[in-house]
Amino acid sequence: MMTPSPALLEVKGLKAYVESTEILHGIDLGVSRQEVVAFIGPSGCGKSTFLRCLNRLHEETPGGRAEGRVSLEGQDIYASGTDPVRIRRRIGMVFQKPNPFPSMSIFENVASGLRLNRIAKGVELEARVEAALREAALWNEVKDKLDASGMSLSGGQQQRLCIARALAVKPPVLLMDEPTSALDPVSTAKIEELVIQLKKETTILMVTHNMQQAARISDRTAFFLYGDLVEYGPTTKVFTTPSDRRTEEYITGRFG
Amino acid sequence: MKDIPVEKNLVDLFFRRTLYGFAVLAFLLLGGLFVFLIDLGLPAFKEVGLGNLMSLEWNPPLKSFGILPFIYGTLVSSLLALVFSTPISVAAALFLTEIAPRRIGAVFGFLVEMLAAIPSVVYGLWGLFVVIPWLRTSVEPFLRKSLGFIPLFSGPIYGVGMLAAGLILAIMITPTITAICKEVFGAVPRPLKEGVLALGSTRSEMLWIGVVSSSRSGILGGMILGLSRALGETMAVTMVIGNTAEISMSLFAPHQTMASAVASEVAEATGVHLSALGVVGLVLLLISGCLFLFLRWSLRKGGYSR
Repeated sequence: MMTPSPALLEVKGLKAYVESTEILHGIDLGVSRQEVVAFIGPSGCGKSTFLRCLNRLHEETPGGRAEGRVSLEGQDIYASGTDPVRIRRRIGMVFQKPNPFPSMSIFENVASGLRLNRIAKGVELEARVEAALREAALWNEVKDKLDASGMSLSGGQQQRLCIARALAVKPPVLLMDEPTSALDPVSTAKIEELVIQLKKETTILMVTHNMQQAARISDRTAFFLYGDLVEYGPTTKVFTTPSDRRTEEYITGRFG
Repeated sequence: MKDIPVEKNLVDLFFRRTLYGFAVLAFLLLGGLFVFLIDLGLPAFKEVGLGNLMSLEWNPPLKSFGILPFIYGTLVSSLLALVFSTPISVAAALFLTEIAPRRIGAVFGFLVEMLAAIPSVVYGLWGLFVVIPWLRTSVEPFLRKSLGFIPLFSGPIYGVGMLAAGLILAIMITPTITAICKEVFGAVPRPLKEGVLALGSTRSEMLWIGVVSSSRSGILGGMILGLSRALGETMAVTMVIGNTAEISMSLFAPHQTMASAVASEVAEATGVHLSALGVVGLVLLLISGCLFLFLRWSLRKGGYSR
């Protein structure tokens, strides 16, 4: 189908709170398909909160709530009566620290999303698990020990396992919250390579504190500061000719 | 670095020696207990022999001292308690840590802990005057009518018996298991729970996958701790189990546990009879000891490693 593809994700006036503190002061931002968007900015400026608003995970934080409009493929995910569970089935998430489910094997970890959402079983389930592990570039390392505990893998492998787990349900959007900050450089390079591969299928929104990483793998970059979106544009432009002085100062390392 | 003044050093030395002494005392007590029980039980081994002790018949006037009925009574009543108590404890702990608003959770948590402070003789009285009549007139007739084809639920109904003991024990060990489960569930890291939610799980699926099943080894630890409490519980069990040294498949039948046998017979026992009760005590100590070692081992092995 060749329908003109509108913005995959459209955020309008998004405000997020914890108790009575406003964390995000009204964010407007759009993301198209097959893009990698990097979110940069000092710690505590709301990048993670922003990401967590997109799959409605922020409201699971004690005291957390959000206002505004976030539409995924034209549908407002904050519209009343929308079940956050359905949203999370279409927007995957990878966390800062790898969090494989400790009671499950490698296979079961990847299968868990498929089982939860009753997407596949039997032979098809096995095929989907293998496909997801291949997509996450982990298959060759684990194909002989699918029954081993997910916790037995190295940190980098665990993170790729979590990516495979998120990819198994084929979400159109994948959120990554500093996915490499707990990993060594080699594992980091593998995950970056993976992100570039994955964007053909999945749009990726990634928070990172690593400027080089943002420059290497993202198509567009968003710079957050104190709960505001200061600048948002093509990565090359943001990094070479930023239009806001604060962006330039941050990127060149003068603060943050 | 400055030298520590000498006086302080002496106090430190004295303090350390004293603590060391108490540690040795604990070890001596344990050893002494073993020696005492072996000494008490040895005459029974000599006079009636192992074959008699390991038989099914306990009848002191006829010089039959088979302790198997007591072992059976202890194990079955404790397992029964575990079967009743574990689901309730896991559910209560889940409710208290994950579902109840903080203030309500605190109040209910306090009440559950209070249950542990009630003296067991009070549980026994309550069992005798409330639970047993209820079992005799309602529960057991109903079970026999609907499930009587299973040996567990057949036979004459007395009220006192295995089922009553299992129920009372279950109530008594619920605070223990609940408290452990609360600790373990509370220690499940947030990112793990969020990871399950982020996959599109409902709240109950998250609780099951993220909290309960990732806490399996901790729940097992709580169960073993509860079990070790049930194995040794004496007073309440003595009051409700019917004090009959028999092995019967029926849960309605009166039985006897190791602890209740010693408690109810030691006052009038002499000679070999008394010595046989010493053997019962020794076996009980060994079973509890093994359970304790297994608990330590399983906690270290399957520990919550994150």
